[in-house]
This record gives sequence, C-alpha cells and structure tokens, in this order.
Amino acid sequence: MAFKFPSDEWIKELANQLNANQAYERAAKDWEGDFIFVVEPDEAYDKTAYLFLGLYHGKCTGAAMLSGEGEREAEFILRAPYTSWRNVIEGKLDPIQGMMTRKLQVKGNMMKIMRYPKAAKEIVACCALVPTEFVA
Amino acid sequence: MWYFVSPQIVFGDGAMTALDDLKGSRALIVTDSTLVRLGLVEQVKARLERAGFQVHIFDRVRPDPDVETVLEGAEVARTFEPDWIVGVGGGSPLDAAKAIWVLYERPDLHPAEINPITPLGLRRKARMVAVPTTSGTGSEATMGIVLTDREERRKMGLGNREAVPDIAIVDPRMAAAMPPQLTADTGLDALAHAIEGYTCAWHTDFADGLCFNAARLIFRYLPAAVADSADLEAREHMHNAATCAGLGFSNSLTSIAHSMGHALGAAFHIHHGRAVGICLPYTIEFAAGQAPERYADLAALLGFSQAGGEEGARALAGAVRDLCRRIGNPTCVAETGLSRADYETQLDKLVDDAFNDTSMMSAVRSPSYDEFRQLFIYAYEGKPVDF
Repeated sequence: MAFKFPSDEWIKELANQLNANQAYERAAKDWEGDFIFVVEPDEAYDKTAYLFLGLYHGKCTGAAMLSGEGEREAEFILRAPYTSWRNVIEGKLDPIQGMMTRKLQVKGNMMKIMRYPKAAKEIVACCALVPTEFVA
Repeated sequence: MWYFVSPQIVFGDGAMTALDDLKGSRALIVTDSTLVRLGLVEQVKARLERAGFQVHIFDRVRPDPDVETVLEGAEVARTFEPDWIVGVGGGSPLDAAKAIWVLYERPDLHPAEINPITPLGLRRKARMVAVPTTSGTGSEATMGIVLTDREERRKMGLGNREAVPDIAIVDPRMAAAMPPQLTADTGLDALAHAIEGYTCAWHTDFADGLCFNAARLIFRYLPAAVADSADLEAREHMHNAATCAGLGFSNSLTSIAHSMGHALGAAFHIHHGRAVGICLPYTIEFAAGQAPERYADLAALLGFSQAGGEEGARALAGAVRDLCRRIGNPTCVAETGLSRADYETQLDKLVDDAFNDTSMMSAVRSPSYDEFRQLFIYAYEGKPVDF
C-alpha cells in the first residue's frame, strides 16, 4: 500500500519508520526539536502542505498534516517546492546539500542541525522506506 | 548545482613577496608562539611593515584551537581593527584565524554557529591572507574551521564558503622547517583529504582532478620530504599538493576517516594527520565491500591496481598502509602507544562523536552504530576490515 505525498497518512508512516529505526534512535538520542515541513507549490503541485514531525531523544512523538503553519509550534521549519521534497525523498537531493544551496529553506538554529548530520541522513533513509505515491 | 570556491593562490619559491603588494593599513597576524620563536612570523611581519602596515600579533593559538581562544582573538581584533587578518601556521592557526575573522565581523555569533548555510556577510571590515607552514591541512584554501569544544572533548567541523581566505601564499620555504614527524603527519592529512575528496558521495568534476593529482604527488614526494627536510623539490611538491588537496576536499567533502580522526584527536590528542592516516585504510576497506568504484578508479589512476571493484579499492588501502610504514607512521592505534584499556573506556564516546561528525554526511557506505564500533576496534588492532 502506497501513501500519498504529501498527506497525513504519509507523515504518520514516516513516524512509524523512524520509531522502528535503531540507527536513527542512536544518532538522535540527544535531539530535541520538532519540525514543520512546508511543501510549497510549483509546476507539479498547486497547493501548500504543512507536515508536522515531533522529535525527541531518538523517537518521533507525533506526526500530522496541519491546516496551516501556525497550527503547531516547531523549533524548525523547512520549506521547499514540492519537486525539491520529491527529490529528497527519492534520494536525488541530499538534504544537507539542499540546505547549503538554498533548495531547502531552513528557519531555526543551524548550529543544532549541523551537530546531527547522521540523524538527518537517517530521517531521509526512513523517507525512502515509506511506500510513496507522489500526487504529481 | 554546487559551488567551487578558491582563494587567489600565489605559489612557489618566493611566493612570500606577494605580501609586498598587499594594500591596506592594519594587519592582525594570527599564529602560535612556536612559529614566532622559529622566526617565521617575523618574515611575514617584516614584509607587511615594509608594505606600510601597522602590525599586531596574536600568538596564543594552541594545537586543536578552542572556542575560548578564538573569542579572545576576536576581542583583540575588535580593539586593533585590522583590515587584513593574516593567518600564519598549520591548520590550528589558520582555522583560528578564520574563526577570529568571522567573529570580528560578526560579534553576534557564537563560534559554533558558523555553518555553511547561513550567510555571514564577511569582508565589510577585513579580508584574509593565509600563509601555511605545514603541508598540510590545506586550510589556506578551504572553507573549513575545526574548533575543539573542550568541555565536551569534541571537535566541531564548522565552516562557510565566505571564510575561504582571499589569498593563499603557498611558499615551500615556509614549510621547510618542519621536522620529519610533523612532515609525515601533515602529509598524511593531505593524503586523506585527497582520497576522501575524490571518493566521497559529494565528489565533483571540479574537485576530482585536484584530488587525484594531490594524491599522486603525495605518494611520490612524501617519503623524500620526510627523509630530507632540505629536499626543496619534495617540499615544494608536497606544499602544492596539500593546497590542491584542501581545495579539492573543500569543494567536495571529507568522509569517515576524518570523522574517526576528529574523534580520536579530541579524546586522546593524537595528531590529526596521524589519526586520519591510521583510519583511512580501514574506512577504504569498509567502503570497498559495498561501494568500491571510486576507490578502485583512484587505485588504477595511481598505478596501484587495474583490477577494479573491491580488489582495486583494497589495493588503495594497502598503498596507504605501505606509505605509512615507509615514513615511520603507525598503521593502527595500538602502535601509537595508547593502551587498550584506555581506548575502550572512550569507545562509546568515539563512536558517538564520529557518528555525528559533519564528515559523515558524504560517506558512500554509512556505518551503523555497531559497525562503527567495529571499525574503531579494527583500527586499534590493525585488522583489515572484513565486514
């Protein structure tokens, strides 16, 4: 069964994958900080989607598709056009390189993110484990 | 898309004369007390003064510079108000000089906030010249700034493209005073930069040629430079190779050997170049099992093996170990004299620190926690990696 991206079901399945992933748990054992991923419209996708991921000490504490950016508080907001997110999920765009080339815009404490590159890689690896049906 | 960033590089015997043409009024030299004592800093100071500069020297940089030192240096800069920061030394003074420059222009930042993503807005107050005296970290050509968090005993791999120095003066006579052990250790650091820059997941067409040629020069000239410090031909090629390797990896990345080396250096104060030189063959063997291609390519280009695949990659690992032996360097951590008991007390921390080192971002085969632990054990014992 494939999960549509972006959707509430997709982000919840990502949470399941993260909570089952020992490599992520180890890499992020000291991490505290929630994320909102903002999927912005582009030629392939004409809406804006907001995906919340709560992360604390190697576990995902919550995941949901939001109706707007202000619906939940999060320490980090990553925004990018739909196609860039698709490229991250499909492994075509390294998320750290994406941030360095501004394909992914980051709001939040960069000092903190740069101390956990392995955790970031494991999150992307878990994205690849979610059977995904891209909406466009 | 990606970037390629380089300083203006003035190289060769006599490159120091480029300082005679520097335009400005106040130069802050950032260095360490050993280089002052050796007279190398005086050479730089004298040229700057002849060029019309008022010069101040900050020589409090120690090996593996820490946050406190660069904060102190930044305070000195804010008082002196230089329009040029001149880093003189090996990686420690050069990285410290970059950090001091950033903090001088951005007093609102904590050093740990220097990252490759957030623009810094440098060059409103000063620009930077880097004069390397080792061959070497390549810091004169890189965006990297490695600082040590003394409290956590962890190295922080920081950096920003804007922190690449404006000018790198790569004069082999500035490295000629290096004793054999330092020549060997810093030469291995340069080799690790070249090999990891070529083989990491972030390799690029622009960096490949620099990395390959640097590796070729190092394999050829490092033994001669270690054996005879007066061999100027060897010194010059090594000095150029180190800058090439730095330029190469700065525009791609390093990888697991540097993650492990940073952790070892922070925990046990093993010289960085010696540490990465020890770890490099084990990390090549680890990658060889699943992603050997780039290593095998490099082995073929360097003439070590045309076999390709895992066999070719392992030949490259063997060549690195052979080079270490030729120059009298250890090929495993045990040979450094560190006891097994002391090593094992830090094993969890070594793995944790290496696991989240920024160099891990570009690993072609990313180890699990248990695999990383095994890698550290094999690197201690000197056992070729077989998993």
